[in-house]
Amino acid sequence: MSKTLFRTCPTTGLKIDLSAQALIKANAVAAVVFLAIGGLFGLSVALTRWPAVHLLPADWFYLALTAHGLDVLLLWIIFFEIAVLYFASAILLNSRIAAPRWAWAAFALMLTGGLVTNVAVLQGQSTVMFTSYPPMMAAQHFYLGLILFAVGALIACGVFFGTLVIARDEKTYQGSIPLVTFGALTAAIIAVFTLASGAIILIPTWLWSMGLVSNIDPLMYKLVWWAMGHSSQQINVSAHVAIWYAIAAMLFGAKPLSEKVSRGAFLLYILFLQLASAHHLLVEPGLSSEWKVFNTSYAMYLAVLGSMIHGLSVPGAMEAAQRARGFNKGIFEWLRKAPWGNPAFSGMFLSLVMFGFLGGISGVVMGTEQINIIIHNTLYVPGHFHGTVVAGTTLTFMAMTYLLIPLIFQRQVAFPKLARWQPYVFGLGVAGISLFMMGAGTLGVSRRHWDITFATAPFDFNYPPTAFLMMALNGMSAIAASIGGLMFIVIVVASVFFGKPVRDKIILAAPSGQPISGAVATYGSAGTLRIPGTLVLVGIFFVAFVLYYFVNWKYLSEIWPMR
Amino acid sequence: MAISPPSDKIWWNNPVHRVELIWIAVAFAWGLVMFFMMIYWHATGSQNLATESYRTTPNAYYAKVERNVADWQVRELNGIPVIKPPIGADIYLLGRMWLWYPVIELERGQSYRLHLSSLDLQHGFSLQPININVQVHPGYEHVLTVTPDKSGEYTVVCNEFCGLGHHMMLGKIFVVDR
Repeated sequence: MSKTLFRTCPTTGLKIDLSAQALIKANAVAAVVFLAIGGLFGLSVALTRWPAVHLLPADWFYLALTAHGLDVLLLWIIFFEIAVLYFASAILLNSRIAAPRWAWAAFALMLTGGLVTNVAVLQGQSTVMFTSYPPMMAAQHFYLGLILFAVGALIACGVFFGTLVIARDEKTYQGSIPLVTFGALTAAIIAVFTLASGAIILIPTWLWSMGLVSNIDPLMYKLVWWAMGHSSQQINVSAHVAIWYAIAAMLFGAKPLSEKVSRGAFLLYILFLQLASAHHLLVEPGLSSEWKVFNTSYAMYLAVLGSMIHGLSVPGAMEAAQRARGFNKGIFEWLRKAPWGNPAFSGMFLSLVMFGFLGGISGVVMGTEQINIIIHNTLYVPGHFHGTVVAGTTLTFMAMTYLLIPLIFQRQVAFPKLARWQPYVFGLGVAGISLFMMGAGTLGVSRRHWDITFATAPFDFNYPPTAFLMMALNGMSAIAASIGGLMFIVIVVASVFFGKPVRDKIILAAPSGQPISGAVATYGSAGTLRIPGTLVLVGIFFVAFVLYYFVNWKYLSEIWPMR
Repeated sequence: MAISPPSDKIWWNNPVHRVELIWIAVAFAWGLVMFFMMIYWHATGSQNLATESYRTTPNAYYAKVERNVADWQVRELNGIPVIKPPIGADIYLLGRMWLWYPVIELERGQSYRLHLSSLDLQHGFSLQPININVQVHPGYEHVLTVTPDKSGEYTVVCNEFCGLGHHMMLGKIFVVDR
C-alpha cells in the first residue's frame, strides 16, 4: 500500500506527501476562482447600493447578491479551509494524507455542488438570497448543489481526522499535535456539527422544493439553518486564528505564551460557539427571552472569552519572539520593526486588528438581546460580518497564501512590489466597507434592498442624507477592496502558473534582527515575560469595547418603550 | 513554535504568566457584566421585545385585519385605509408582497397591542426613523405592546428580502398629539 511519494521541503525539512500537496493546490485554486467570481458580484452589489451609481436593475441586483453570498461566504472560504486542514494535518505532522482518493472525491463533490448551485442562481429561478428563507422557494438544484457541497466538505473533514490518526499511529511527530493543528482540529469538529445541521435542514427543504414535503416551518428552518450558517463562521474563526498562530510561528518563530491557555481558548470555541444560531432569532416570535439571553451570549460569553484570549496571546507571542530577537526598545519597537513590507505579516496583523475592533466588538454588541432590536436586518449586519469574514478570515487566508506559494506551490511570489501593497489596499477597502455599512445601518438603512430612495413605493420616505453619504463611501471602499482583491488574484495566478520555481531554502522571516533560534520564548516564563506593547493594545481594545457597548444601550433607550 | 509539537511534553503543567491570568479574569468578568446587563434591562429597561406569540393562518389573520379596518377606518392614504384604533386596542398589522396594511394612527403616550404577521413570505418590520426592527413570519402572530412617545410620521420599511418588489414595500404609522 505505501507507495506514497514524498519530497523534502528545503526550508523546513518536513517531509511533504505529494498527493497532499496536490490536494492543497487544487482546493486553494478552486477557492481563489470562487473568490474572483464572488468578489465581482460583491462589487456590483456595492455599486448598485451607491444611489448615485445604482448599477444593476432590481432583478440582477438580487441575483448578484445571492451569488455573492454563495461564492465568497461558502465556496471561497470552505475550499480554502479544506486546503488549510490538509496543510495542518499532513504537512505540519510530517505525515502521509489519509485516503487521497476520498479526498479527491470530496473535491469533485464540492466543485460539482458549487457549480450546480451557481448555475441555479444564474438561471434566475433561485434569487432567494444566501439564506433561502422559506416559504420563499428556490429551484430544486439550488438545494441539491448545496447538499453535494456539504457532503464533499464532510468527507474532506473525515480525511483530515484520518490523517491525524495515521500520523499518530505511524509516530510521525513527538508528543502532542502542534497548536496550529489543534486549531484546525477545532475548525474541523465545528465543521462536522455545522455540515450535519446543514444536511438536517437542507435535505427536507430540497424534498419540499420537489413537492414531497408539504410545509417547512419558517422559524424552525431559521433555527436549524443558522446552526449551519453561523457555526460555519465559527469554522472560519478557528481556522483564521490557527493561521495567525501559524504565521507568527513561521515569520517570528513565535511560541504560544502558554500552550494550555491557547488550547483552552480553542476548546471554548468547540463547547460554546454553536449556540450562535440564536443571534439570528433575537427579534423573532415564538422564543422565550431566557432562551435568547442564554444562547446569544454563548452561555455567558464563554466563546467571546476564547477570542479575547487569542487577542492577547497572538500579538503577545509575536512580541515575546521579537523581544527575544533584540527588539527591546520602548513599548513598540517590536512592532515598528516588524516586517511590514511582507504581505504575510501585514495581512495577518491588519486582520488581527480589524477582526477585533470591527468584527468582534460589533458582533457582541448586535448579539445583545435587546440591542438587536435597533440593528436586526439593517446594513449594520453585513457591516459586522464584512469585519469578521472579509477583514478577518479572507485577509488572513490571503496572507497565508503568500506563504503557501513558496512552500507548497514551490514558486516565488510574482510582482513582489504589488504584493507588498496588496494587504493594505484590500484592508483599507474592507475597513471602509465594514465601517460605512455599520454607519448606514445605525441610521436604519435596510440590508438586501435595491432602492433606498423608494421611488416606486406607494408612500414617500427618505433615510437621512448622512445615510446616502455612507452608501457612497461604501461604494468607494468596495472599489478599493476590489482593486486589492484583483491585485491578489493577479499575483496568485502569475505566481502559480508563471512564477520562478523555488528549489532552495527560503527565508520566511524578516531579514533584520537576530536569526530565529529554536527557543525565542519559553513556556510559562513566569518571571521573564514582558509584553507591555500587547498590554497597551488589548487595553485600548477593551476600553473601545466597553464604551461602544454602553453607547448602544443609550441608543436603545431612546426608541419607543415596548414590552 | 505553534507549527510544531510543544517542546515540553508535559506542557499542561507549565505555569501561566500573571499577565495572561489577569486578562482572562478581566475578559471573564466583562462577559458576566454583559450577560447580566441583558437580565437587568428586562427588570428595569423600557425597551424589551415581547415574546407573546401565537400560531395563526393567513386567512384567520387577514380576517382580523379586515375587522380592524371595518371598525376603525377614518380615511384613506394613497388608496390604503387609515385606521385610528381606541387606546389600548389590539391592532393587527399585516405584511404581504409588497405592502404593510393598513396605515395606523396612534396617540402619543398611549399604549397599544400591536400584532404582526405575514400573509405570504417572511418580512421585516423596520420602523423608521427610530429604527425598531422585528422579523415577521407567516403562520406566527407576534404581539408587541408599544407606547409611542414622540409624535410624527413613521415609516415601516420591509427589511427582509421578499421578492422582486421588496424595495417598494412601505407602510405608515402616524403618531398624533391628543
